Amino acid sequence: MDSDLIIQILFAAVKTGTPLLFIALGEVICEKSGVLNLGQEGMMLMGAVVGFLAAYSTGSAGLGVLAAMIMGCVMSLIFAVLVLHIGANQVATGLALTIFGTGLSAFIGSGVVGQTIQGFQPIAIPLLSDIPFLGRILFSHDILVYSSFIMTFALIFIVNKTRIGLTLKAVGENPHAANAIGIKVLRVRYLAVMFGGIMAGISGAYMSLVYTPMWVENMTAGRGWIALALVVFASWRVGRIMLGAYLFGLASIMHLVLQGLGWSISPNLLAMLPYVATVIVMVIISADKFKEKLLAPRSLGKSFDPRQMA
Amino acid sequence: MIRIQARTEPSSLMKVASPLLAIALTLIFGSILFSAIGKSPSQALHVLLIAPLSDSYNIGEMFVKMGPLLLCAVGLSLCYRANMWNIGAEGQLLAGALGGSAMALYFVNSESALALPITLLAGIASGMIWAAVPTFLKLRFNSNLILTTIMFNYIALYLLIWAVHGPLRDPQGFGFPESAMFSDATLLPTLFESSRIHLGIVFAIIAAFVAWFILSKSHLGFQIRVFGADEPAAKYAGFSGKKLSWVVMLFAGALAGLAGVSETTGPIGQLVPNVSPGYGYSAIIVAYLGRLHPLGAIIAAVFMAVLYMGGDLAQIEMGIPVAVVSMFQGVLLFFLLACDFFINNRLAFSNQATN
Repeated sequence: MDSDLIIQILFAAVKTGTPLLFIALGEVICEKSGVLNLGQEGMMLMGAVVGFLAAYSTGSAGLGVLAAMIMGCVMSLIFAVLVLHIGANQVATGLALTIFGTGLSAFIGSGVVGQTIQGFQPIAIPLLSDIPFLGRILFSHDILVYSSFIMTFALIFIVNKTRIGLTLKAVGENPHAANAIGIKVLRVRYLAVMFGGIMAGISGAYMSLVYTPMWVENMTAGRGWIALALVVFASWRVGRIMLGAYLFGLASIMHLVLQGLGWSISPNLLAMLPYVATVIVMVIISADKFKEKLLAPRSLGKSFDPRQMA
Repeated sequence: MIRIQARTEPSSLMKVASPLLAIALTLIFGSILFSAIGKSPSQALHVLLIAPLSDSYNIGEMFVKMGPLLLCAVGLSLCYRANMWNIGAEGQLLAGALGGSAMALYFVNSESALALPITLLAGIASGMIWAAVPTFLKLRFNSNLILTTIMFNYIALYLLIWAVHGPLRDPQGFGFPESAMFSDATLLPTLFESSRIHLGIVFAIIAAFVAWFILSKSHLGFQIRVFGADEPAAKYAGFSGKKLSWVVMLFAGALAGLAGVSETTGPIGQLVPNVSPGYGYSAIIVAYLGRLHPLGAIIAAVFMAVLYMGGDLAQIEMGIPVAVVSMFQGVLLFFLLACDFFINNRLAFSNQATN
C-alpha cells in the first residue's frame, strides 16, 4: 500500500468513527452517573431522521443538527422519567426506547426515503491541514468532526479536573453517600441522561447529514449498540473512547483496506467485521473480572430512590 | 395531596391489570398519533386490531405470525426469570433458519421420511449454538450478555445475507438472493386445507406448556425462580448459577432456532434474506407483556400477532408504514413498565400536606 492509500484509509476511519465517538461520549457520561441507557440505538435513529427532515425542509444542515439534538434530548427524557422517577428496570426501558425509536423513525421518515440533501462540506483548517500526513487525516474534515475533537478534550477536562466531574463520579459510585453530602442525585442523573440523548442525536445527525447524506430505515445499523461496547472497551475513561471509536471506524471500513491489499472477500462477510470485532474486544476487556469491577461505576444499572433514605 | 406509598406486598390485582392498562394507554396514544397525521383513528384501530380477526384467512395468518413470536418469547421468559438478559432471539432465529435451510437443501432431491426431522434438528442445533457462544463468553470471560447477544444478531443477519448471495443461492434463481425451493419432504405439513397454519404453531404451544411445567412444577424451575428473585439466596442454597444459565440459554436458543427453521420450512418454503420481520425483538415485548410467564406469553403472542397482521393490512389499506408496529411495541413496553410501578407502589390521597 502506498502512503496515499494509507492516508485515505485513516481519514475514512476518523470519519466513520466520529458518530461512534459522539454517541459513546454521551453514554460514558450517562454511565458515570450510574445510569445504563440501552436506548442509544433508538435515540440515534431519531436524531438521524429528525436531523434529516429538518435539514431537508429548511435547507440548513445546522438546523438539522439542532433539531436532532432536541430530539435526542426528548427521547432521553422519556427514559429518564421512567427509570429515575418511576424506578422502571433500566435494561427493559432502554430496550423499549430502542424499539420505539426504530419504529417511530421509520414511520416519520417514510416520506423522504431516498431523498438527498446538501450536508456539511469539508473545511480544511489552515496551517493544521498542511501538517504532513496528520493534516490530511485529521484536519480536512467537516465542522462536526472538529466539534467532536473539542467535545472529547472538554469532557476529559471536565470529568477529571472539575467539581462537575467529581459530583458525577460521586453519584455513580455511591449515590447514597452523594445524597448524604447534599448532592441532588436525581438531578445529576437527569442531566447526565439528557447529555447522553443530545450526543446520540448529534451522532444520528452525523449519519444522515454527513456520512451518507440521506435517510434510510435503520441506517445506524447497530452503531448505538457498538457505542455501548465502546464504553466497556474504554473502561469508562473518556480519553480512550476516542481511540476506540477510530479503531472501530477502521474495522468498519476494512473492505477498503483489504481492497488496497488486493484481496477480494464478499462484502457481506466483511460487513460482519465490526460486530465480530466488538465481541472479541469485549471478551478481552472483560476477561479480567477484577479490573472491570474496579473500573465500572459501582451503582451502574441500579436505581436510586431518595425516599428510601433514612 | 397525592403521595406515593410502597405496598407492603405486591398487588396481585395490578399484576394482571397492568398489561391491560398498558394496552389501553397504547391505544389512546395510537389514536392521538393517527389523528395527528390526518388518518381516522377509529378506522386505523379497526384495521390494526379488528380486521386481522375478521375472516378465517386473516385469523390463519395471525396464527402463522404467532408461532415464531411465541417460540422466542417462551425461551426469553425463562432467561429473564433467571436474570440472563438474552436479547439474541433474533440472531438465534436467523441462525436456525440458516442452519435448517442448509440441511433442507441437502435433502432437496430426497423423499426420505427422516428429511424433515433432521432439518428441524439442524435448525434447533444452529439456534443453540448461536445462544451457546454468548453464554460461554459471559460465564467464562464475564462479557456483557446483552451486548454480545445483540452483536450475534447482526453477525447472523450478515451471515444469512452472505449465504443467500453465495453458497445457498439457487443456481436457477435468475440471480435473486434466494435459495432453491425446498422439496416436499422437508416442508412442515399444514394443519388445515385453506390456511397456512403449520406444525410449527403446534410446536410453539407445546413449548409454552413444557416451559410452564418446568418453571412451575419442577425443581429446576424452582431454582430458576429463586435465582432470578434473590441470587445470594440461590447461591446459599447451593444452586449452580452456571448450570441454570446454560439451561435457560440453550432452551431459548433451541426454541428460537426452531422458530427460524419453522419459518423457512413452513410458510416461506425456501431461505430468503427477510426471514424475520424482527420477531426476535418483538418477542422481548411479548415476554414482558406475558409477565415472563410461559402461558401468559401465549396470550401476549396472540395480541402481538394481531398487531403484526394489522400492520400489514394498515399498509395495504391505509398507506400507513409497517414501522408503526414496532413503534406501538415500544410504546406498549413503556406503558407496561410504567404501570408496573403500581404493582409495588400505590397512590395515597390525603388532605394533609406532608413534609
